[in-house]
Amino acid sequence: MARAIETTTGGEAAARAGAQAGEGPGTRLAAALASRFVILVPYLWLLFFFLVPFGIVFKISLSHTAIAMPPYTPVLGLGEGLAGLFAGLRELSFENYLWLVDDALYLNAYVSSVVIAAVSTLLTLVVGYPLAYAMARAPGSLRPVLLMLVILPFWTSFLIRVYAWIGILKPEGLLNQFLMWVGVIDTPLLIMNTHTAIFIGIVYSYLPFMVLPLYATLEKMDFSLIEAAQDLGCPPMSAFWKITFPLSLPGVVAGCLLVFIPAVGEFVIPDLLGGSQTLMIGKTLWNEFFANRDWPVASAVAIILLLILVLPIMFFQRAQARAQEQER
Amino acid sequence: MKSLGSIRRSFAPWNDPQARPFISFRNVTKRFGDFTAVDDLSLDIHEREFFALLGASGCGKSTLLRMLAGFEHPTSGAILLDGQDLAGIPPYRRPVNMMFQSYALFPHMSVEANIAFGLKQDGMPKPQIEARVKEMLKLVRLEQFARRKPHQLSGGQRQRVALARSVAKRPKVLLLDEPLGALDKKLREATQFELMDLQQELGLTFLVVTHDQEEAMTMADRIAIMDRGKVMQVATPAEVYEAPASRFVADFVGNVNILEGTVSERSGDAATITGASGAQIRVENAGAAAAGSAVAFAIRPEKIRVSSRRPEGAANVMEGEIWDLAYLGDMTVYHVRLADGQVVKASALNSSRTVDDPLSWEDRAWISFAPDAGVVLTR
Repeated sequence: MARAIETTTGGEAAARAGAQAGEGPGTRLAAALASRFVILVPYLWLLFFFLVPFGIVFKISLSHTAIAMPPYTPVLGLGEGLAGLFAGLRELSFENYLWLVDDALYLNAYVSSVVIAAVSTLLTLVVGYPLAYAMARAPGSLRPVLLMLVILPFWTSFLIRVYAWIGILKPEGLLNQFLMWVGVIDTPLLIMNTHTAIFIGIVYSYLPFMVLPLYATLEKMDFSLIEAAQDLGCPPMSAFWKITFPLSLPGVVAGCLLVFIPAVGEFVIPDLLGGSQTLMIGKTLWNEFFANRDWPVASAVAIILLLILVLPIMFFQRAQARAQEQER
Repeated sequence: MKSLGSIRRSFAPWNDPQARPFISFRNVTKRFGDFTAVDDLSLDIHEREFFALLGASGCGKSTLLRMLAGFEHPTSGAILLDGQDLAGIPPYRRPVNMMFQSYALFPHMSVEANIAFGLKQDGMPKPQIEARVKEMLKLVRLEQFARRKPHQLSGGQRQRVALARSVAKRPKVLLLDEPLGALDKKLREATQFELMDLQQELGLTFLVVTHDQEEAMTMADRIAIMDRGKVMQVATPAEVYEAPASRFVADFVGNVNILEGTVSERSGDAATITGASGAQIRVENAGAAAAGSAVAFAIRPEKIRVSSRRPEGAANVMEGEIWDLAYLGDMTVYHVRLADGQVVKASALNSSRTVDDPLSWEDRAWISFAPDAGVVLTR
């Protein structure tokens, strides 16, 4: 029997080899070119829409402020020939980066952004995990509906949803009105313009980014593993920490990074809900650009922010590669 | 004294009225919505027994196993283990372990860690855990794979890890859910004997769920045949095969010819059964079949002899025509069409390489069998 199977597979392989040989070199070359072209398209996209703008921003970050249009010097160009271009290049310097270190404002803004983003990410995980777990354990017919409900908020504008939170959280807002009507509190809670409001805003806005990757890993999990753990004497809570949680780690890492990375540079939520007291790098950036009209410093702030974010992004990709390796 | 089957068993606590059953299902019913998975079922299993639950998918055998493990709870009735009612005891406190059909090995843990998992839960001291894990790895011959992850093992190796993990805690009862279902045929046959040896060596009670009758026949001391949530017969493999209690069991286990008729004559244990076409069958083991009642006569193909000439001196002889033939190597299968149109299956062991009068399609042929070759079924 085993020998019979071997012969058939052997025959099939030979047939396939024959078919390939029959295609001839012309078609193979065309196929190779086509596959190159398919790879080329995303690379061109990245080049024009990421690398070139990044280069421009980096160049501005090395320039000096000027009261002009555009508001920095030198403006590099070929108007004065190659000599003019080199003269312009020689004017570039890292003084804006030194300025960022000199003024504690920027360091504080970076640190506070990272801390706020980290705390919000943790809160999002705490809220999102039970949600994703319940979705993964829900009956199969109910899951598409639950998934739809998670995605539903994306159908309205992000800005409008954050504005809606002002209506809920302000001292005379819906939340306070409700709590006072129920009689839990006598004086309105001051949530608006605090870190709490920012946390609420970020957790609310980014929850789907946490829930979806978590759901994807939890849904794939074989729940007979939990039964096996219980069978071997492990109570349910302990089985969660020993089996479910470690196995959902790829989802946890993906979800956390998907929330953390945009939350660090978040501008709308701290601006609308956090008031003037909160210091976040997104707001600082906005102020440098539009209030101070200091494009070079704003660009330097953006470049440093990118560097801070590149580390977790690289970590994310490494983790993903490792997860894929594991599955193989 | 004549015995059913070719194996003499010295271990038969189920025949001892004084023996106390180790596992008792007492009037257990389990419903899922309107569906009754287990229907008022009572069953006793003895200590150190290798017991098989055999049935088609959906007959309730897995539900029974899961109720014993504690993953499902009976709608009514009680399950007793060693005299203790298991109701209200969660799975993680039951002295039973299960080997899952999917093996359910923890993918993020090494083979060692998988086997040690249950022992750690019990708070066993570390040196003892290490010794036990080593012992288990030796038992299933996986010593050199201790540090591998489950996904780096073959199907057969995974099965052995699952087995080692489930016996590591020395449970009172080992539950096996289709333990060999995921293995290929050769490996399955070898593993059947390994499981039997392991059970002897450890002295545990094994309760195995399977839909594969050969597996159940090979390994089990006793088999419970299940259908639609009920137990149809509980008996040794030989009894199930040679003395089925009903048409369902006779038909479910192995191949069988069922000839319908009425008991036309009864004297002592002997009886004559007359078919609709007037053909008569003389039997010496009529059991409880009353005269005049409608019965079925069940006879296994290998108990029927096929010959090209009318045999002399046989108790039962019927004439027919060879309808179909199949040469399988170790035996030949004949389908003989009788005068009344019924096709009877017969098989002959090819105990010699040459045959004097080979048969062919549409040949005239006679079938014959002894008066105790079949069984009379009233159900």
